[in-house]
Amino acid sequence: MTIPSELKYTDTHEWVRTESDGTVSVGITHHAQEQLGDLVYVESPQVGRKFKKGEECGVIESVKAASDLYAPLSGEILAVNESLADAPEKINENAYDAWMFRIRPDDPAELEALLDASGYSKIVEAESH
Amino acid sequence: MLNRTSLNDAHRELNAKLVDFGGWEMPLHYGSQIGEHHSVRRDAGMFDVSHMLAIDVQGDGAKAFLLGLLANNVERLAQPGEALYSCMLNEQGGVVDDLIVYYLAPGGYRLVVNAGTADKDLEWLGRQRDRLAPDVEIIARRDLSMIAVQGPQARKKFWQASPGAEGASAQLPPFSATTFGDWLVARTGYTGEDGFEITLPSGDATALWEAMLASGVAPAGLGARDTLRLEAGMNLYGQDMDETVSPMESGLAWTVDLDSSRVFVGKQAVAELRPERKLIGLVLRERGVLRAHQPVQTAHGDGETTSGTFSPTLGLSIALARLPVATGFGEDVGVEIRGRRSVARTVKYPFVRHGKSLIDDQMD
Repeated sequence: MTIPSELKYTDTHEWVRTESDGTVSVGITHHAQEQLGDLVYVESPQVGRKFKKGEECGVIESVKAASDLYAPLSGEILAVNESLADAPEKINENAYDAWMFRIRPDDPAELEALLDASGYSKIVEAESH
Repeated sequence: MLNRTSLNDAHRELNAKLVDFGGWEMPLHYGSQIGEHHSVRRDAGMFDVSHMLAIDVQGDGAKAFLLGLLANNVERLAQPGEALYSCMLNEQGGVVDDLIVYYLAPGGYRLVVNAGTADKDLEWLGRQRDRLAPDVEIIARRDLSMIAVQGPQARKKFWQASPGAEGASAQLPPFSATTFGDWLVARTGYTGEDGFEITLPSGDATALWEAMLASGVAPAGLGARDTLRLEAGMNLYGQDMDETVSPMESGLAWTVDLDSSRVFVGKQAVAELRPERKLIGLVLRERGVLRAHQPVQTAHGDGETTSGTFSPTLGLSIALARLPVATGFGEDVGVEIRGRRSVARTVKYPFVRHGKSLIDDQMD
């Protein structure tokens, strides 16, 4: 699967999409869901909480294992995708469509510092060897 | 370099995700672990279990040897073809391995042992043989492969795939085996569903695998095997029991023959121990997933989970836990999941049998 060029990425396998209002949506990448296998549980961050970039903000569990979610940017959680609570398999079906939470970023410069698609593809490639 | 079974190419053709399991390169899943789980519960799935080792025990003294070695009593195997689940204990009463012993013919038995313990088992068997029955031959059958086909439609689809096999195995009772040419067809498994485990020369394995694929049997990996066996309340060696824990504290008292006068390795230690803990089922009462080695707090003292997973059949998380012996069914206990306390209900396992939940009336 190709890595969408319009998104930004972290080295912990989150994707970040800038919305028209300046907020960002966050999910996990196709590669991440593939590594985890069938997802069965998503613990989303609380709306209104603030996180620093890189801070643990949630958990995602597959049949096989639990994996932490990290805030890709510092900021406040504006919304979480409630539909994933009952249907975490949506992430397996289309990881780039299944956003998990929205953040209002504190510092736009942090967004610029994220990986682009080609930078992230190198990380995926390195992990597959 | 990992060991490969005779079906390794077949797994690659099906785009299996291959992982290291006890030194063997084995399929974890072929795309969807949960889909494979449901195939076995609702229809038919098959597993390559050739990493497990068949060990033939032969000679006039074979029965006497196994009577002295195994915690379960091979006297219970009255007719050739009958099978028995047993632990092999050390002198301290810990579990060296769990296995199935098949009675093939007078003076001929076959043990099927776990992959990760196979080398240790062979050494242990050799040592005990030298002591108990020096004339008995122990033959590791790495020339054989094993395929388990499991599910409500498993037997029918196996018969479709193997002309002639129906006549040989249609009347086979559960937990027994019969020969079909140079195959051994056993009505056993590790899923809580009906089905067969077929042991056959490795040269025949790919043809049987492909014929069963053509009959509509879904390939299933070790991931589904684990969720299926846990729902069925079956222990996994190295997780739910090991060399340091008595079978009496691992839910295996029913397999340890303390009633007969027979002397076997570990009997004295097991008989002398007063169990303080026992294995009991847990069902998580909130969202989340139980995993092995999570601390459990009860009104009777502390314990921990030994296996835990998400149960695809029940749609919630289940576990086996080793808890104080006073713990009863229907109690709410605390489980620490990643530093946070969650509530789980103690239940009688198995959780699922033949596709049906067994816990519904234990929850409220």
